[in-house]
Amino acid sequence: MELGLELSERDGWAVLAVSGEVDVATAPRLRERLVGLVGEGRTRIVVDLEKVDFIDSTGLGVLVGALKRVRTNDGDLALVCTGPRILKVFEITGLTKVFAIHRSVDEATVRG
Amino acid sequence: MTASTPPGPGLPDGVGQRVDAVRLRVPAEPEYLALVRMVVAGTARIDPLLDDERVDDLRVIVSEACTNAIEASARRGEDASTIEVQVRLTPSRVEVVIDDVGGGFDPDQLDVLPPVTDPARMRIERGLGIPLIRALSDEAEIRSGPDGTRVRVALYAAAPVPPGVP
Repeated sequence: MELGLELSERDGWAVLAVSGEVDVATAPRLRERLVGLVGEGRTRIVVDLEKVDFIDSTGLGVLVGALKRVRTNDGDLALVCTGPRILKVFEITGLTKVFAIHRSVDEATVRG
Repeated sequence: MTASTPPGPGLPDGVGQRVDAVRLRVPAEPEYLALVRMVVAGTARIDPLLDDERVDDLRVIVSEACTNAIEASARRGEDASTIEVQVRLTPSRVEVVIDDVGGGFDPDQLDVLPPVTDPARMRIERGLGIPLIRALSDEAEIRSGPDGTRVRVALYAAAPVPPGVP
């Protein structure tokens, strides 16, 4: 399954739009991209999950790792997600309390 | 080892009821995970036993169990390890059994479990995968030994809605 990663810029935030399925086969590419962004000094990151069809704990682990990484660099990482099937995985694992989850990229970036 | 698994416990459907089974064996490699999810979800949709949300739950469960099997196989350093997935459809439930059937274990070691402190023993308690499997299934049974791991889950069909109920 293809994993799509599309990077854009919004008000000083790096916005990474993810599409497809995030699992143990595709998560390494997501991890690599997020690590790369932080390495370039991009530590204010929005990960847009609106076009993600599937995510499991491997994908969640990559996002948690990225959150830790940006925070140790005085940055921040926010998520955009409204899909019930994706949100459910965050809720069950308690990660809705760990991540700032927004309804849109606008909401995530305006928040400052 | 597990290719001809008899029906396990927890199959209360009565004699004479139709039970369909689909069995899939794939290499224990990440590239096959999407295929396994697709086959399991497609099988679960053959009979409208589960609504879409439960089928999505099943996709997560299967992904977590197979990921554990893939990682266990990688840790053992086996080249030809496989995962066997069985899906059983009965009138009341969907049952999935995932066996990590990596061969190559030493029969002399069968009775020797790693010590509790050994990472190999602790691996199934690690991370978010096992809690997700338990939370999303109606029944979950996970057995791990030196010859592999078996995850068995069941999701119950929703009770039919009587006519006239809004």
